[in-house]
Amino acid sequence: MILLVLVFAPFLAALLPFLAAQRGRTWIALATAVAPLIGLSLLLSQASRVLAGEVISVNYAWITQLGLNLSFRLDGLSFLFSLLILGIGLLVILYARYYLSEQERVARFFTSLLLFMGSMLGLVLAGNLLLMLMFWELTSLSSFLLIGFWSQQTAARQGARMALAVTGGGGLALLAGILVIGHVVGSYELTEVLAAGDVLRAHSLYPVALVLVLLGVFTKSAQFPFHFWLPHAMSAPTPVSAYLHSATMVKAGVFLLARLYPLLSGTDWWFYLVTFTGLTTLLIGAVTALFQHDLKGLLAYSTISHLGLITLLFGLDSDFAPVAAIFHIINHATFKASLFMAAGIIDHETGSRDMRRINGLWKYMPHTAVLAMVASSAMAGVPLLNGFLSKEMFFSETLHQHLLGSFSWLLPTMATIAGMFSVAYSLRFIHDVFFNGTPINLPKFPPHEPPRYMKIPVEVLVFCCLLVGMLPAFTIDSLLAAAAQASLGHALPEYDLAIWHGFNMPLLMSVLALIGGILIYAQRAPLFRWYDGLPDINARFVFESTVRFLYGLVSRSLARIENGSLQRYISLLLIAVIVMLTVWLAPLSQITGEVALTPVDPLTALGLLVMASSALLTMAFHRQRLTALLMLSVVGLVVAMVFARFSAPDLALTQLVVEVVTILLMLLVVYFLPAQAPTESSSLLHLRDYSIAAGCAVLMAVLTFAVLTRPYQSIADFFLANSLTGGGGTNVVNVILVDFRGFDTLGEISVLAITAIATVALLQGLQLPHARVDNNGRAWSTESYPMMLGILARLILPLALLVSAFIFLRGHNEPGGGFIAGLITAVALILLQVAYGQRWVQSRMGVRFPTLAAAGVLIAAATGLASLLLGYPFLTSAFTHIDLPIIGEIEVASAMLFDLGVYLTVVGGTLLILSGLGRIGHNVKLPEGA
Amino acid sequence: MELLVAIAIGVLTFSGVYLILRARTFSVALGLTLFSYAVNLFLFAMGRLHTGKPAVLSDAVSYTDPVPQALVLTAIVIGFAMTAFVLILALRAHTELGSDHVDGVEKPKAEPKQRKVMGKTNKLKRKRAGATR
Repeated sequence: MILLVLVFAPFLAALLPFLAAQRGRTWIALATAVAPLIGLSLLLSQASRVLAGEVISVNYAWITQLGLNLSFRLDGLSFLFSLLILGIGLLVILYARYYLSEQERVARFFTSLLLFMGSMLGLVLAGNLLLMLMFWELTSLSSFLLIGFWSQQTAARQGARMALAVTGGGGLALLAGILVIGHVVGSYELTEVLAAGDVLRAHSLYPVALVLVLLGVFTKSAQFPFHFWLPHAMSAPTPVSAYLHSATMVKAGVFLLARLYPLLSGTDWWFYLVTFTGLTTLLIGAVTALFQHDLKGLLAYSTISHLGLITLLFGLDSDFAPVAAIFHIINHATFKASLFMAAGIIDHETGSRDMRRINGLWKYMPHTAVLAMVASSAMAGVPLLNGFLSKEMFFSETLHQHLLGSFSWLLPTMATIAGMFSVAYSLRFIHDVFFNGTPINLPKFPPHEPPRYMKIPVEVLVFCCLLVGMLPAFTIDSLLAAAAQASLGHALPEYDLAIWHGFNMPLLMSVLALIGGILIYAQRAPLFRWYDGLPDINARFVFESTVRFLYGLVSRSLARIENGSLQRYISLLLIAVIVMLTVWLAPLSQITGEVALTPVDPLTALGLLVMASSALLTMAFHRQRLTALLMLSVVGLVVAMVFARFSAPDLALTQLVVEVVTILLMLLVVYFLPAQAPTESSSLLHLRDYSIAAGCAVLMAVLTFAVLTRPYQSIADFFLANSLTGGGGTNVVNVILVDFRGFDTLGEISVLAITAIATVALLQGLQLPHARVDNNGRAWSTESYPMMLGILARLILPLALLVSAFIFLRGHNEPGGGFIAGLITAVALILLQVAYGQRWVQSRMGVRFPTLAAAGVLIAAATGLASLLLGYPFLTSAFTHIDLPIIGEIEVASAMLFDLGVYLTVVGGTLLILSGLGRIGHNVKLPEGA
Repeated sequence: MELLVAIAIGVLTFSGVYLILRARTFSVALGLTLFSYAVNLFLFAMGRLHTGKPAVLSDAVSYTDPVPQALVLTAIVIGFAMTAFVLILALRAHTELGSDHVDGVEKPKAEPKQRKVMGKTNKLKRKRAGATR
């Protein structure tokens, strides 16, 4: 429970700064400090248990199918990191209170800070690898908000984006690595994973998992070659840099190294990858740091260098090296946080961070200068300060590794060189800033000491540096031992945290580093000239231009496919279909199957011939639109006959009526569209379209033939057997529609109704002039409505209604049903409209078409709901048979009510579409005699 | 008979697909209609071709397959709704944009060399069309 509060308190408290937003910076900072204070006191209340080696853990099942549990664990290592996160976090909150000005979005800053703090706590306390990854990604996201806090600056935005891209990308690699580990080990729980180190290291996937995890580590901890994001994250406000780059964000990577040390370490892969990455980063960081003129730039590269040192230590093959690494993590956190804060104070008071202009500040701010000098000496590794102890350990460990054989001297040498540069840049931070002449052209002059409380965090941290440096055995020993033991997973080797170990090699190396560093700094002028001669590479510009190049590449290649032509899209789509169908049909050894063909009868053959040739004629005449339409109607009619020929009377009826309505609709549209289409496609395009069409046609024919000549198993038997008993009807097709698959039908009539309403919306406000003449220049008849047709339509209407009622009533048992009856009614009404006009019909209908369509859908749905009310599943039907005179026995079923819904929807929908079209041309008054 | 039906479906597909690939909306609507005939026949044929078998329950021994028939019946009605929608959309587009080209703009005939410039003007035109709407 304590652990849950510890992790989630910052998240919950993230709103507090906003609540205090109106009351000024002090209140906001106080509101922010609530959660870390609670966390710190909870953490310290567990100190004795944890330092005694106890592991406190909680475990709640979350998504067990994925192996993801809400489990947290507090051991020495996570205790140490939580302490750093909360302790330095509190100091940063105090510092930021004075650093940020009243005009800035202070509440937002502190909220982001709390989110970040919570993510970091979750990351170090997580007891499940997947949960840890979740917090890992949260740190990337929340640090993005922090780094990009001054979003009005381009550098801040780009720096934040770069940090997110690099660490986020690493997070993806880490996810993959974790999944591989989970696959091998069979669990994501840290306890089980750490116990399975031998299994994983012996597994063939071990190198894959290792490389992926290390990618995550190296990107997060800014190791070469992914180090470039860190200096650009310096565009963040200094409290953010002090927090992210001392105790938290970049330490997440090395934390993971410590956490997974028992799982992954101890192989050649581990040694070479980790050691050499660390070594390279150490050297590059140390050398580059010296040449930075920006105060924060120097600290940034120094951070990179120290992270390299820590990584290098984790790579070495001795039990003591990780202890040294963890010790250095603590020391680096304290002195680097204080240095960043000091740099922020200088920036704040002088308005500049350029060391070429900031000189001789000793005179103006002696107090800050003393603090910065102590912290800087700790960074250089001067005796009696904490940095000296861990650096001494580091030198000693580089002497104790043996994996490089006769090249074992390489590591200590390189370490000493890096040590020299480290001394040199620390010296520069002291000498160049506080001495070395007088300030040059500072924006704020003269500088003075910052507010009293802004220095307290620095003082606290520097005090820690001194305390640990002078009295290591009393201050840090037990914490370090607990953390190292939790990381190693077994008992610690013998070691001694004394300041004085006698005259030995590490001491000699330290002395060499000090002397060499002073010499290098003394010779800095020629070195700076040499550095200026190097090609100037700004990682931000390189990164941005790479991103821009990729964008360009993608949009150019996209433009090749997506050029705005719908014709091209559909042709690409069809080509894809052809390719896929070909691939699937290819394994078929022969097209003809084993089922014998049915005999050809001449009449059907003739019908099919008519259908095919009318289709081709439609195609040939598609530019003469009226002709094409006539040809199309022939095709539709023959299709209806084909349905009838092959025992599908329901289909034939439906097709016949739909055909009539469709052609009517098309005629209406043709009336308003240009009667002819121009020729425009090039010969090449025609060739392409013919080929695509032919390809589709051949595949379709082959597929049909192949299927038709093979035996098949249908689910029809179920419907045939249950139609009468379950659905109460002998017309199985209709029973399927209104009963077995009633839910589908409900969906389909809804679609019909929606389409009809959509067409009304599309036609809204549309007014088109009537054409005066036809294609051949003959004037259209101006006589409004022909009398003969009117009389005929009036005669036909009652007959048609009678027929549709008949078809509707018998639909359940004989061919017919709601769909067909609805279409017949619709056709009769349309005929009336053609004869008398849409208004005439509408005014006599008494009910509006949208109401009709909506009522249909509602009735159908209500039928279903009624069965639900009676305790049956949705759309269950009940039926009984009654005898009526003349009509005979009919069936009264709830399905019939459903069919009535279908009927009404079809009538309403169809008429809505057609009458909408009929209306648009009527609004224009024709001039007399036109 | 199966062969003839397969060929007929193929021919319907051929003319349907060719018309779908045309540049004028009405031709595309014609093509869609033809294509949906082909698809409906295809689906129907998946239940095999039965000659003279009853679709309604009686004393008969074997029946035609009602499942594809029910599917195709709704497909026909939905197909009608779709055709209607496409046609009315085309009509609206024609009145709004002054063109019945599927892209909403008339493509000027240009030499292949000027293709790049042409693309730009098209984009401009489209923008203008969007703005006037």
